[in-house]
Amino acid sequence: MARKVGICAVAQTTYERDKWYERFQGMALEVLESLLDQTGLDFSEDKGINTSISVSDDIFDARTISDNGMTDVLGAHFRCEEKVAQEGAQAVYYGLATILSGHTDLVLIIGHCKESQAKSRNMVTHMAFDPFYTRPVGMDFCAAAGLQAQAYSAKAGITDEQLAKVVVAAREKAAKNPYTPDVTAVTMEDVLTSPMLADPIRELHAYPVTDGAVGMILAAEDRAKELTDNPVWIKGVGSCMDSFFLGDRDVASNFALRKAAERAYGRAEITDPRSSFDVIEISDQYAYQNPMWIEGLGICDEAKGGEWIDSNGIEQYHVNPSGGMLAGSPLILGGLVRAAEAALQLRGEAGDHQVKDARTALAHGVMGPAGQFHSVIILERD
Amino acid sequence: MKKNRNVGIIGVGQTPYSSHREDVNQPEMIHEAVVAALDQAGLTMDDIGCIIHGNMELFEMIHQPDLWHTLGSGAFGKEALRITTGGTTGASLVCAADNVVASGLHDIVMAIGFEKLQEGHTTGGITNMADPLWGRQLQTGALTGMTAQAMIDEFGEERAKKASMKYRIIMDKHAMKNDKAHRRLGLEFDQANDLAVNSPALVGELRMIHMCSQSDGACVMIFASEEKAKELCKQPAWIKDHITVHREEMFVVFGDAPYVMTHRYAAQKLFERCGIKDPRKEIDVFEMYDPSSWWGLDWLRDFLLLEGDQHLKMVENDDITMEGSFPVNPSGGVIASNPIGATAMVRVAEAAMQIMGTAGEHQIPKKVKQAMASGFGGTLWTVLFLLTSEVPW
Repeated sequence: MARKVGICAVAQTTYERDKWYERFQGMALEVLESLLDQTGLDFSEDKGINTSISVSDDIFDARTISDNGMTDVLGAHFRCEEKVAQEGAQAVYYGLATILSGHTDLVLIIGHCKESQAKSRNMVTHMAFDPFYTRPVGMDFCAAAGLQAQAYSAKAGITDEQLAKVVVAAREKAAKNPYTPDVTAVTMEDVLTSPMLADPIRELHAYPVTDGAVGMILAAEDRAKELTDNPVWIKGVGSCMDSFFLGDRDVASNFALRKAAERAYGRAEITDPRSSFDVIEISDQYAYQNPMWIEGLGICDEAKGGEWIDSNGIEQYHVNPSGGMLAGSPLILGGLVRAAEAALQLRGEAGDHQVKDARTALAHGVMGPAGQFHSVIILERD
Repeated sequence: MKKNRNVGIIGVGQTPYSSHREDVNQPEMIHEAVVAALDQAGLTMDDIGCIIHGNMELFEMIHQPDLWHTLGSGAFGKEALRITTGGTTGASLVCAADNVVASGLHDIVMAIGFEKLQEGHTTGGITNMADPLWGRQLQTGALTGMTAQAMIDEFGEERAKKASMKYRIIMDKHAMKNDKAHRRLGLEFDQANDLAVNSPALVGELRMIHMCSQSDGACVMIFASEEKAKELCKQPAWIKDHITVHREEMFVVFGDAPYVMTHRYAAQKLFERCGIKDPRKEIDVFEMYDPSSWWGLDWLRDFLLLEGDQHLKMVENDDITMEGSFPVNPSGGVIASNPIGATAMVRVAEAAMQIMGTAGEHQIPKKVKQAMASGFGGTLWTVLFLLTSEVPW
């Protein structure tokens, strides 16, 4: 890569079921103020922030140009602001590209979403389907995930018990994460008897409806070193789009994730992913995705995700010490929260859920029905 | 600016712009422009590394439409980015493509802007952007008569109305030479007085004839690194620089802060960075995002850093016609065609075509060495580009 780009600060609000007491601008302001505090930055013309990237969604926000109400919070009055209207990990990709291009040395990223504002998350994701063939049969991301879970479970022999283990582990970890106060511990029994959403996905297998905001400061190497003693370098990024219709894909194949990972590993010059990461933060919106994405990332063999869970792979590889997506992050911010959590780990700022001496990390984001689009980010500290 | 490497525009594809494209769905419509852009650049999808996609999704009510549009965009198996910033979306996509290629992450990328306004309610959609507590009751969508009134106050009713209508008719004459343009009305200058009275009023002196269209259509552009662009294209349009200036939504009308127009601010910064002292001499053609002939007329003053009535004189003296000393919108501009998510990209694409020499019947007669293009959106947001025929940096 043309120059080193580092994450210099990260900030998050708590992730809660319904932040009825806060407008989305208020959530973002909390993140902004923390980022400015940590770095001492401002919006002055010479050395201040002049480029902001926001992440939000017009339909979740029920506002055309959802970044329009964010200009002041992003400090973008008479400055540059771009909205990544995609899964939040792509804001890191775009921020990296903007700095590598030489257009700027410094990028502020803030993502926000209040899923509680929409009557139903399923209704929003239903709108991602084409109006002719797939909307009339009532598709939404949960239903698509159900079909993928069936296909993947059949291929890898995933059991209800293994999925319950994933959820129990995620919630245990989330209890140590100060940003997920709503998430409570559950027993295997609780998960195994949880009502079905989309067979084999149970209610407790699905990430909770979540409100929250997250942000970070990216900077080119020389600026990064001015702003913090422990920048986290972006070593690689990669993304990949799969085809749209589920019938056109092998939904158990991890096609898009494998390619996204291959690109990120290539850029980061990683040859053996299994020995390369001290922390892995993946966007497991549903429990089955935890082992499935791990396979896609090449951390375990294809169709061996179930055995990987049983052999304690989650602990061994330090997967989702934050609790992951199952602990709650808004859909469109999953990957950005994962990157923020991974950066906290590498900066040694993860508190009770800190992985000791973590030096390298992988963060992952996913969007679209049955994992149509994946992003992978590789991070490393000095 | 220390840009990592130069980026050239090597292909442009556009669908025809029209009020109704009922013969195609969204991915099919995009596909037409994708194929046209690939053909012009002499490439196939295998050559493209990343697809950058954008529109205003609330108009068609498709959540994250790049997912479905993979069927027509060719994004399958590719890296993908989706950027949306309202009316400026198309311009933001060009900035993103420039950034991604300049960064070295990809050598060749494709940007796609589109809108199918027929499938939604445009004014309803735009009104919905305002703050639900403070701004929505006052919103009239994109229809604002304030500029018309301000110009009438400043220059007198007769002169202001005449200049605005002349601007409108010049744009239509340009659109008549652009076979992609949506509204090609065949207006003549002797109709001006009749139109000024008989065109239906929208808000004050903003009349139907002054206002831009609601269009269906897609625009696709292909961008390449300096090395690739030189190899693949006889005359690429090089991206010299771009600047994005957003503005707080409530217009900060309180207090005594001086009022600065984002267009003027952007132009000042951009000209300073690129060493432009006399924009009317140094820039050969300008593709402006002109949502109405009142705004187009008024904004000339800001973009070209003019004072007093210089901008009115430019219109009165025919400077802005295709054969004039400073041609504006040889494509016919936004008043002729407005598929919103593509509109700002079309400005850059049309400016690039003038440099590449591919504008066909609406190619301006003089050689274009430097072109300017603007995007407009949000609450007076500006994106401004300079393109050159020579490698800029």
